[in-house]
Amino acid sequence: MFNPPVSPVESSNPVLQILHRVELLGAYVIDSLQYWGKAWMFLWYLIKGMVTPPFRIRLILQQIAQIGFHSTFVVSLIGIFTGAVLAVQGEYTLSKFGATAFTGPAVALSLIRELGPVLTALMVIGRAGSAITAELGIMKITEQVDALRSMAVDPMKYLMVPRFVAGLIAMPLLSAIFIAVGIFGGYLVAVGVLGLSSGTFVSQMVSAVGTVDVYSGFIKSVVFGFIFGWVSCFKGYTCGFGAIGVNKATTQSVVTSSVCILVTDYFLTSILTRVFL
Amino acid sequence: MISVRGVSKSFGSQVVLSRLNLEVEQGRTTTIVGPSGAGKSVLLKLIMGILSADEGEIDVCGYSVTNASSEAEKNQIRENLGVLFQSAALFDSLTVYDNIAFPLTQCKLQSREQAHERVVSLARSLSLVKYLNKLPQEVSIGIRKRVGLARALAVEPKVLLFDEPNTGLDPLVGQEVYDLIAESQKNQGFTGVVISHELPEVFQVSDRVVMLLRGKIIMEGTPDDFLSTDNPEVVQFLHGYVDGPIRIQ
Repeated sequence: MFNPPVSPVESSNPVLQILHRVELLGAYVIDSLQYWGKAWMFLWYLIKGMVTPPFRIRLILQQIAQIGFHSTFVVSLIGIFTGAVLAVQGEYTLSKFGATAFTGPAVALSLIRELGPVLTALMVIGRAGSAITAELGIMKITEQVDALRSMAVDPMKYLMVPRFVAGLIAMPLLSAIFIAVGIFGGYLVAVGVLGLSSGTFVSQMVSAVGTVDVYSGFIKSVVFGFIFGWVSCFKGYTCGFGAIGVNKATTQSVVTSSVCILVTDYFLTSILTRVFL
Repeated sequence: MISVRGVSKSFGSQVVLSRLNLEVEQGRTTTIVGPSGAGKSVLLKLIMGILSADEGEIDVCGYSVTNASSEAEKNQIRENLGVLFQSAALFDSLTVYDNIAFPLTQCKLQSREQAHERVVSLARSLSLVKYLNKLPQEVSIGIRKRVGLARALAVEPKVLLFDEPNTGLDPLVGQEVYDLIAESQKNQGFTGVVISHELPEVFQVSDRVVMLLRGKIIMEGTPDDFLSTDNPEVVQFLHGYVDGPIRIQ
């Protein structure tokens, strides 16, 4: 009579159970290593695609419009209210020390060094990153990527590189818009609502903000643009099949990009503060 | 024109193709039939160089697909191919016009004027003129297949691959697609490979038929050979009998 083998999970033998768990752990480690290997190889192909012809300028401009220009309104809207909130909170906190004159520098430095790049990146990820992943994923599952290959067009150069380059260019520009509009929002609230002197707000801000602060914000936004493009394109390119595959890839793209950006922000802030001290 | 010698392909423990041999003659249309999961689409992707064979050799137009190591080498071979995908695989963001012009401007690097002439000529012959400014999602699946065919024909390929050209089409539109395939083949003289399980309708565009089952060729011959065979697997598949040697998976 045939006796089916006992699965290690069902077995009461502790050695078998431990071996099974080790096996599962090993499979997980191998999968993770393969995944990260793919992600780094993907980045290598992106960078290689950026520096080797053909350079598809028209596609890059289209993507800058898609990622950058079409995000301008939402970035400006959030920017103006972020600046306004910073002014209210800043004035409240500084009033406890009799230092409301420094509301302008508080608003400007917070926006330039931190909130501008970070909030812009998070908004662009939500608006454009998810769209990039979903678009690439759908192109993959509807054989459009295979169609490109069959026509001797490299999908990496035609689809991924323009989006990656556009992210690198659009992110600092959007960040600059966010910061400018945010400072304007802060100025309106501080001067118009809270009654601070316009001259004090502007002069204190100009004297407190240095070139290093602008460099710091600029470097952050470029790094965030890099992460945004890499993760969004990679998740789209490795998307699973069907609606569930696209759903999963899009969610993972937004979550991974956001987490990577917030973690990187801490380390960048620590490094840049020391470098530009 | 296409030579497949001893090709095997597996995904994990699942063997899809096992030491397959196939010769596709120049200027003729060979149809590969077989149940779902028989390895037909995988074979097509191996011919296109999108997948790599585990063993064996594939030559297309005198070039070895299996020995082409870089994408650049594979692209050189793909320039001889046109493909009509199962879902037509048109680019959503481009109009019908731009979809047809795509291989001309992106691969053959023709001038806009040359590409325009070719697109208009193809649109006329495939009755697509009034759809040229529409997006793929604004036209019916039958029109999308026609656009896919126009795009595949645009570069006047030596080999045209059709991946289930009639899937999802009603019988009238399906017949129209077969007529277009036959007419284009007559006009352009390409070598055709058709993947299908629409039997016996697909026989009207086939010079030769090959049946795949469990990763192997179980019969090859003319459409008449298939219609008159007493091979139980072929008979079961041809007539769609549930009972027989082929188990539904």
